[in-house]
Formats: sequence, structure tokens, C-alpha cells
Amino acid sequence: MENRERTGASSIPGVRPHGSEAPPPLLEVRGLTKSFFGIPVLEDAHLTLQRGQVHGLVGENGAGKSTLMKVLAGVYQPDAGTVLLDGQAVNFSHPTKAHEAGLSSVFQEFNLLPDRTVAENIYLGREPRRGALVNKALMNRKTAELLQSLGITAIRPTAQVRSLTVAEQQVVEIAKAVSYDARIVSMDEPTAALAGAEVELLYQIVSRLRERGTAILYVSHRLRELFDLCDVITVLKDGRVVSTGPASELDDASLVRLMVGRPISAFFPDKLPPPDSDDDRGNAEIIGAGVPATPILELRGAGNGQLEGISFSIRPGEIVGLAGLQGSGRTELLHAIFGAAPFSRGAMKVEGREFLPRSPRDGVRARMALITEDRKAEGLSLNQSILDNALTVIRSVFPRRTRAARTGIPGVFSSLEVVARDLDQEVQYLSGGNQQKVVLAKWLAIRPRLVLLDEPTRGIDVGAKVAVYRLMRRLAAEGKAILMVSSELPEVIGMSDRILVMRDGRLAGELPAGTSEEAVLQLGTGARIAPEGGA
Amino acid sequence: MNQRAGMIDRLSSTQIVYLVALLTLVVGALLVSTIGRNFFSQGNISSILTGTSVLGFIAIGQTLVILAGSLDLSVPYVTSLASLIAAGVMANNPANVLPGVMLTLAAAAVIGLANGLIVARLNVHGFIATLGMGLIISGYLATNFKGSFGQAPLSFRLIGATGLGPVPISTIIMLACAALAMLLLHRTRLGHHLYAVGGDISVARTSGIRIDLPVITAHVICSLMAGMAGLLLASRLGVGSPTVGSQGGYDLLSIAAVVLGGTLLAGGKGTITGTLGGVLIFAMLDNIMSVMQINPFLKDVVRGVVIVVAVAVYARRRIVNRPERFSSKVSPQSPAAQAAQAAQAEGP
Repeated sequence: MENRERTGASSIPGVRPHGSEAPPPLLEVRGLTKSFFGIPVLEDAHLTLQRGQVHGLVGENGAGKSTLMKVLAGVYQPDAGTVLLDGQAVNFSHPTKAHEAGLSSVFQEFNLLPDRTVAENIYLGREPRRGALVNKALMNRKTAELLQSLGITAIRPTAQVRSLTVAEQQVVEIAKAVSYDARIVSMDEPTAALAGAEVELLYQIVSRLRERGTAILYVSHRLRELFDLCDVITVLKDGRVVSTGPASELDDASLVRLMVGRPISAFFPDKLPPPDSDDDRGNAEIIGAGVPATPILELRGAGNGQLEGISFSIRPGEIVGLAGLQGSGRTELLHAIFGAAPFSRGAMKVEGREFLPRSPRDGVRARMALITEDRKAEGLSLNQSILDNALTVIRSVFPRRTRAARTGIPGVFSSLEVVARDLDQEVQYLSGGNQQKVVLAKWLAIRPRLVLLDEPTRGIDVGAKVAVYRLMRRLAAEGKAILMVSSELPEVIGMSDRILVMRDGRLAGELPAGTSEEAVLQLGTGARIAPEGGA
Repeated sequence: MNQRAGMIDRLSSTQIVYLVALLTLVVGALLVSTIGRNFFSQGNISSILTGTSVLGFIAIGQTLVILAGSLDLSVPYVTSLASLIAAGVMANNPANVLPGVMLTLAAAAVIGLANGLIVARLNVHGFIATLGMGLIISGYLATNFKGSFGQAPLSFRLIGATGLGPVPISTIIMLACAALAMLLLHRTRLGHHLYAVGGDISVARTSGIRIDLPVITAHVICSLMAGMAGLLLASRLGVGSPTVGSQGGYDLLSIAAVVLGGTLLAGGKGTITGTLGGVLIFAMLDNIMSVMQINPFLKDVVRGVVIVVAVAVYARRRIVNRPERFSSKVSPQSPAAQAAQAAQAEGP
């Protein structure tokens, strides 16, 4: 109640009770520039935020949205440019400085302590006291009031955060941001982890905040949300603002057109003809003859806690792209196929035989390879040698073939063009691209039939990217099946024979080779599907 | 089987600890009565409670350190050193009791401060920092003291020997320390921040917490508690001893009691109440087995089994971090029927 009264005076956007000249905007960003390792991520970005305004920020992966948000939150320092708050230049050297100035951020990854209560999390570091002791009653009461002011009554201040649903945890995260008396709240993909109905909760909170005069910077890929919630939409592309204007003047198609349109790089290699002598049981020959071969992977109505009704198949020699938004279930699908987080429903066939891997070991036994998204955490033992890393999988699953694989390693490395001093060098001293090649070599050692790639070119240089693309083409020509998750749309479109698009844990549709980025985005975001889209 | 597991899942770990303690009590009473002894005699209860106080002091301190995400392996040596300083300074003179106690606690606090600074400022993990500190103290003790040293005056020895009814004074002091530790943990900002630092240091940092302070405080209090244990032992033995702490094995035993009490070894979650339950279980087990005159080696086997089983129970109660979007229950339909349905729903 208190909160609403206090902010009631400024609840009409842009109107102030006194002052004849136009007041400065709540937040103004001018000429913001930020580079990492000499690569510009933000260039001359500008942005204006008024009281009570919901400002959408969109752009493809790598367009600079998160960087802009992190500069505003005090996580990064800009190389150039100014941030004006109420017309005053500010510079946040630390996240707490941004909080004190009334600018709070809700990031994608949760910043909560799961074993503490809602109230303890929200007031962490600022616990109200009576004398020397924490006033728990007051803390819980203030939390209840705060949640109530956001229209939330279902969350008890004394509940453990661990016991809440993801949506409720997101609400706590937002409540924490608001509790710093925030005048500006920026949210990075707040609905990425939420299911359909839970999004309504977020809508409700955003409109409450808007009524109170809080300005909101809303980063999202989901076009529907942007049009539902935002007054103004700014589009970023390659670190630059390409458009900013009222949401009412845009529609799905024009917004998508503004976001994409980057020229597709010419470095995607052409398809290779199948090799003459094939050592992989004649699959390539069958394709050559145009007869449909037995699919290497076939899924029928497969699902688990994160996936539902997944049905598709991949034939030998095919590269299938898997597109979709962050949190749409792409990584979960790869993990389910591989057995790391198995399917609990539906049927899966590998080369025509019923097979549901229950563990990664099952997956490897069926000659599947999973190149994980986070190579440092899940792909490599950083302080072991290149050779040991390359032999990890074969040693543990096919120990009798280790000796044979070891003799083949130098050849594999030279064909992948790995740049390293020698095979005893520790992997941590290699560049990102060479590390990724070691991961690939590790999986090639088991001679996989199905290669699952999760963001295979994330964080590696162009040369290494091309090497990865060439390898994919070569594997396909040898009759292997490839399923590739990628957030880089040009990459998905440039490399795939077909593109599967996921949304909210389901397959939203399939697109043919050479489709447009617009079509992929429309399927992935649930925007109106263009007539020529779909399978 | 499943239902029982479900019931266990719904209890808090502190509740489980006290259920196990109750179970130990009942089983112990029955076993002891089979050899014609009374488990609930005043003498026996007093003996169990006496058994809780030394380990209790150390485990309270260890709880704070573990909650903050660190560990303290130097406690047994601090305890030995404390008993030597106390008995040495008092030198059988009642007038020296107060200076002896103060000096002992001051020395313990300095060691704790050093531990805390090494962990918080030099970023050495508590395991290593306190292992090193423990070795230093142990080396000092071994080279300078060949046997017992000093003498505690009668007035000081009475603390370890008297009680209110069956409850020893030392147990009351230990419980008072526990109450203070609980007050610190649950009612002060520092306590809240201690949980935060142990739970997720980056969350604590971005919430504007000075992360060094809780860690250093926890180490200082832990050493002070080990010092208290040393004072109690000096009072009971009447002399200081360079090996009294390490003979008790209080480093690992206190960690075991803390973990048995439901505190996560990784920090951020746990209670003093749970730790006291863990200490009580160990004290009762010890008592039952010595009354039953069981082979002392078997004592350690039982302790080992209890601790491993307890942690296994807590581990399976961990809730998955990410709730499911779709129910993962297998539906009663056959996979084939499901597949057909899915194919229909998906269309061509």
C-alpha cells in the first residue's frame, strides 16, 4: 500500500506535477560503445526510457542486448558513451551502485539462495533490524506487502525458495529487484523458462509496475510478448540500434525484418559427394541411388519432463538443424536422445531397432556422440593432456579399442588442423577453436553413427568454424547423421538439409533447406506463420 | 517402501535427526535393560550429558564454519593448546582462574582469526588452511610438552565435576553457547550473511555483502569453542595435556556430528539444533556401547554406519532444481498407441 501511494504522483508517464519545461527522460543512453578483445559488441547505442514506459529490446543472438543490460547494471564498464539518469550522468562501477541509483536488473540465471526463505532472499544484505537483531516479523511483513503490491498473494514470505516453481522464483527475483526502490527494472528474457500460463503472471507484474511509474527495459525474443507489453521497441543488430519507435507502428513481419537481414557469410562449404569406397556399410551408396535408407534415428511421440510429443527421423547423410529460442528444449532433446536425461514416454528407434538409452553410456554404446554446449564444463578435462582428452570416451566405453584409436589420433588431429605443441600439452592452454577440435576428435574416435552437436561453433574463431563445417560435411558424406542445435540462424540455414524448430518443449514445425531467417524466427517465437512456411 | 520414503521426504532434516535420536534412546534403553542396568538412572543420564559437552562445544563452532562454506581441522590442537594454557597459567592458584580463562580464549581467538584471514583473504580453502594451522600447533605442542603440564585449582575443577541434578554445569554452559550461536545465525545480519556466503558466494557478493566478515567470524567463534572444550577438559583432568584433543579425534568427529545434524558439507544450509541432535546421538551410542561393554573397535563401526546412512538419506531428499514442464510419469497407454496418437496430432 505504502509503495503505491508514494509513487502515485508520477504514475502518468512523462507528466510531472511541476516545472514548465519538458523534464529530462528517466534514463538516457548516448553513444554507448563496448568491445571485448577488440571485437565491438555495442557501437554507438542510444536509448531513451520514460517513467512508466515498457521498452522492448530485441535483436538476434550477439546483437548486444545482454551487453547493454549489463552496462546499465554496473556489471560491465562501457568503453565510451554516457548514461544519464534524470539528466545526470552516472557511472556504475559495481552492481550495488546501480541498485542505489534505483536501477535493478533481473538476469536470466537466477540469483537466489534456494535454501533460504523468500523474505531472506529479497532483503539479503539489507535485513531490517530492531537494535542489533534482525526484525524477522517486519521483514516478512514488508515482503508480503511487496508481493501484494505486485498482485501476488500465492507466495508466502517464509516459504523456502527451493519449494517454489520456476515462475514463482522468477517473481521473487523481480520482487527483489523492485525492493531496491527501483525506478527502472531491466529484465533479460524473463519468460525463457516459463510455460504458457505462467507468462500471464509476469504480464500482471509488468502492468502493476507500469501503473506505479516504474520504467521497464524488457529484453525478449518472443514477439507476442513484445507487442502485448511494450510501448516502445528498440531493435539492435550487430551492436547498433537499427530502429526505435512505438510498438504500435510495427508488426511481426516488420520487426523480424529489422532483426535479420545480415548477409549470410559465404563460408559454408558445399556438400561433398559420397566417398567411392565406403567403410560405413554402404549407407552412402543407398542415398546415392535415391532409395530412402533406414533412418539412423527415429522418434515417435517421445517426451519427458521437459519435452512433449517429439516425432521426427534423420536419415544417413543428413544434417538436420534444430532451431528455437533459449529454453525451448533444444539441449534437452539432445540430452534425451543421448540418454543423459532420458525420454520417459514414446518410442525411439536407432537404425530401425527399438532403443531407448537410459544413460550416456547407453548412448555411446549405440555409437552416438554428444558435443555439449559448454565445452569447458562438460566436454573437456582442462588440466589433462590432449591425448588423454581425445581418448576419454573410447577408454571408458570401448577399452579394447583404445590402442587402435590411439594410433589413429595424430591423423585425426592433422585432418582437423589442430594447432598444438604436442599431444601431451594440457588442453587448458589451447584456443577455444582448438579445444573444440579436441572434443570432436574425442567423439570421432568411437566412429559415431549419429552426431549430436550443441552450439558447435560458440566462442570459436572463423577459421575453426570453417573447420567444423567442413568436418560436418565430411561426416554427412560418409553416411553419418547429424543433429545440430545452433542459435546462429545463418549457420543453421547454411548447413542444414532440413530445420526443425522447437517452441516450449515441442516441435513447432519443420522448414526446408535454404529457408529464411524470418521463417525460423516466426516458428520459434510463435508469431504468425508465413504462408510458405511449414513442412 | 515408497510410502515410507515419501514420509521421510516430508520431514525436515532436523526432525529426522531427533527421530533417530529418539530411536537410539528407545533401542539403547531396551538393550541396556537386557543386562539388568537402568538407562535412565541419574548417573547414566549425567554420564551421557557429560559426553555431549566437549564434542558439543566443538561441533557448534564447526557448524558455523561449515555453514560459511569452510572447514576447521585445527580444532583438536586448539583444544589441547587451550588445556595447556589454562592449566599452566592457573598453576593451582585460585586467583589465576579468571586470567587463565581469558588468556586461553584470547589465544584461541587469535588462532581463529589467523584461520579466517587465511581462508578469506588468501583464498586458501579451509581444509588446507586449518590442516596447516593444525600441523603448526601440533608440532609446537610435540616439541615443547612431553606430558601433562600445569595444575587446575580445585575451584576450577569443580566446574567439570558438579551439576544441577543430573545435568552437568558444563552441559549447561555448552547449551548457552549453542543458544548464542543460534541467536547469531537466525537473528543477526551477520548470521544471515553467513548462510548466504556459504550458499552461493556470487549471490552474496552481488547483494552487496562483505563476504570476508562472515567467514572470519565463523573461524574465530569455532576456535573459541575449541578453546572452551580445552578449558572443560583441563577442569576435568585437573592438568593440561598436549594430546587430549587429538586423542578425542574431535576434528573429524565434530564434522561428522554437524553433517549427521543435517548441515550440508558444502555450506549454506543447516542448523545448530540439528548439530546438537547429532552430538546427542553420538553420546548415546558411546554410552550404550560402553555400558554393554562392546568391543571399542565396533564403536567406530557403528558411528561410521550411522553417519553414512544419515547422509545417504539426506542426499536422496534433494529436490530437483528445475520443475518439469510436462509430467514425466509414464502414461498407462502402450508406447505404440501413444506413438500413433502423437503422429495423428502432429499431422503429416
